Amino acid sequence: MSRYDEERLAELLALLPPAPRGWVEAAQELPLARVQLDGLVARAEADAAFRAQVLADLEAALSAAGVEPRPIVIESLRRRLVR
Amino acid sequence: MREYTDAELAARCRAGDQEAWRELVERFSRYVYAITSQGFRLTPEEADDVFQDVFTRAYERLDSLRSDEALRPWIGQLTRRCCLDRLRARARERPAEAEALEEVADEEALARVEEALTVHDALATLSPDCQQVLDRFFCRDESYRTIGDELGLPGGTIASRISRCLTRLREAFEGRPEAPAASREQVTR
Repeated sequence: MSRYDEERLAELLALLPPAPRGWVEAAQELPLARVQLDGLVARAEADAAFRAQVLADLEAALSAAGVEPRPIVIESLRRRLVR
Repeated sequence: MREYTDAELAARCRAGDQEAWRELVERFSRYVYAITSQGFRLTPEEADDVFQDVFTRAYERLDSLRSDEALRPWIGQLTRRCCLDRLRARARERPAEAEALEEVADEEALARVEEALTVHDALATLSPDCQQVLDRFFCRDESYRTIGDELGLPGGTIASRISRCLTRLREAFEGRPEAPAASREQVTR
């Protein structure tokens, strides 16, 4: 008998459930989020007051720019503004 | 739209094709999720962070992928590294857990995930009906009744379809070409 009978294949299929939909959609939006992040960073680099405002509340700045303020996006923006 | 190979997908993403990126995330989302949750047993919050981190790094570093054919092992290794980075961060926050860090990857579980991915590839070669019913029943853990209600079919028909499709899956799996082995050499940072 094959090492991979139907029962074994069924067990292996069950090991790959779908990832939460929100996670997948956020990752799919990464390129768009990067473009919006680039816009925020460019504006912050040209305007010190805006930069201070963004740094004071990164989450609000992202939301206002239409980017979901997920932790990784917030951290990415913070790194780009303080380097 | 025809399904791109991994190599084609990598090339299209590198060229800025947004739809290809969406497809890449869709294709590897279960793999990344399984590594984070089964191979490293991260909490849901940690797994979410790592999931986004993996795809962020993948997006930023596609240019450093040595061979487009190695997209899958590259993403697999990227995920392992992101999991370890997350666990190191956890250890800094909770030093009492630091000593267990080196043994934290469940290599047997990771091997099973790789095996499961190969079965999933075989599943993708079946008819849409078979893919749907096997995915709903085994991967999404839906009941005969839920599936039957969704597809407008009686439960008995769902049961027999699952049995028939599993047989087809075994035939497809046994006739599959060998998948490329994962290689740590493919990862660049």
